[in-house]
Amino acid sequence: MDIAAPHSQFELKAGTFTLPLLRLLDTNMDAMAEQLSDTVEQAENFFHNTPVVIDLNDISGITVEFPMLVGLIRGHGMIPVGVRGGTTAQHEAAEMMGLAILADNRQSSRTISRHKSDSKSGSRSNSQSDAQSNVVPIKPEALTTTLVNKPIRSGQRIYAQGGDLVILGQVSSGAELMADGHIHVYAPLRGRALAGVKGNENARIFCRDLQAELISIAGHYRTSENIDTRLRDQPVQIYLEDHILRIEIF
Amino acid sequence: MARIIVITSGKGGVGKTTTSSALAMGLALRGHRTAVIDFDVGLRNLDLVMGCERRVVYDFVNVLNSEANLTQALIKDKRCENLFILPASQTRDKSSLKREGVGRVMEELSRGFDYVVCDSPAGIEHGAMMAMYYADDAIIVTNPEISSVRDSDRMLGILAGKSRRAETAATPIREYLLLSRYDPERVQRGDMMSVDDVQEILSLELLGVVPESKAVLTASNAGTPIILDKESDAGQAYSDVVKRYLGERLPHRFIETTKKGLLNRLFGE
Repeated sequence: MDIAAPHSQFELKAGTFTLPLLRLLDTNMDAMAEQLSDTVEQAENFFHNTPVVIDLNDISGITVEFPMLVGLIRGHGMIPVGVRGGTTAQHEAAEMMGLAILADNRQSSRTISRHKSDSKSGSRSNSQSDAQSNVVPIKPEALTTTLVNKPIRSGQRIYAQGGDLVILGQVSSGAELMADGHIHVYAPLRGRALAGVKGNENARIFCRDLQAELISIAGHYRTSENIDTRLRDQPVQIYLEDHILRIEIF
Repeated sequence: MARIIVITSGKGGVGKTTTSSALAMGLALRGHRTAVIDFDVGLRNLDLVMGCERRVVYDFVNVLNSEANLTQALIKDKRCENLFILPASQTRDKSSLKREGVGRVMEELSRGFDYVVCDSPAGIEHGAMMAMYYADDAIIVTNPEISSVRDSDRMLGILAGKSRRAETAATPIREYLLLSRYDPERVQRGDMMSVDDVQEILSLELLGVVPESKAVLTASNAGTPIILDKESDAGQAYSDVVKRYLGERLPHRFIETTKKGLLNRLFGE
């Protein structure tokens, strides 16, 4: 929207992808080679040029012959891009082979797939990318609570990075709140509220008057049509219990 | 220094130009030197509603491009000597509006006028952004229907984030709501949003409620700002709007259905 902005050569944006995970259960490379051949044979096209992530969670601490492993995977046409889980020693060995160390966050993988299916419905994929540039990043030095005492209007997005978000004004339908921590709204909440966006399952949403279009905690979301009508216009708290979103009247 | 007022809405056809012409005429009639600018470059309308379309020589874009100076382009109203109109260009498009150029014109107008009324185009694209960028006050024209209300809400978010006052962290733009095309009977029947319904979402200072009126179309077609039609309810509503904008406290009219007595029903219109 900046009129005087020069033509930029690129934009830096975040994207989420679902990648196949190769979960290692053992480190025997011969057996691995055999099994991999069998698997790939069944669906060669599927594996061709597919990026894969190696999951080390089940063999944490055990030495993995990464050069062998990477060679095997590449040999079957796949592109190993990184590892997940494991120990520092394993990470060092993986880095030697040019693999990225991905955050071991089981939640995030679930989040990704949920968001994927959400955007597939087409309803929000467009506005998502369009609004991405509108995200108001809260100053990095303010890493605790962000307080906003103005109404949040349709189309505005507020992201409290690294902390909680407290809103004193109403949140209009079409507005979006995001926080790494909790979200508190002391007025009608008519827009979207996404708490724990980086996967914090302990994050909660508190609001005085629930009329939200969408609520989400750590990627577990619910749209307004799936919110019990008895909970509408009520003061509620929303939290996760065993991966299930609970809405409770105060 | 003039106060710069933007008349905006997001949605089209809600009454921005009607409001701009009425407000500008109203302020001028009360003795304030007022300029009204049409920002709808390419779809100019304000000159028609103001009844000066046959006197346009130079326009806003000519001034922006320094092809004419302001005094050449400003059209003096024939009914009120305090009122001047700066028409839009019909042959250019909104990309002719550059922030620096608009800023220069605003500054020049600020020196000679008390109020500068900016008639914004619909939408939230470049033209609307330029119309609101330098504003001190914003009048959000809204119809009592949900899509108009949501668009107004969106526009309020933009005013709060993308205006000069927002960017320089100055005192925020003063925001007012003007509810137009209001029909109390339909509200009573439940098929139109009420003032309260709209305010629940927008919660702004209500500058006035202008009732749906055939007189508005008649006035527009005749090139007469509706505020000059003192007989019509819409004209009276706009008079109230001007007074309220200037700080008078008046009760809101035209919100309730008129209760007709027996005699009125027998002999009324």
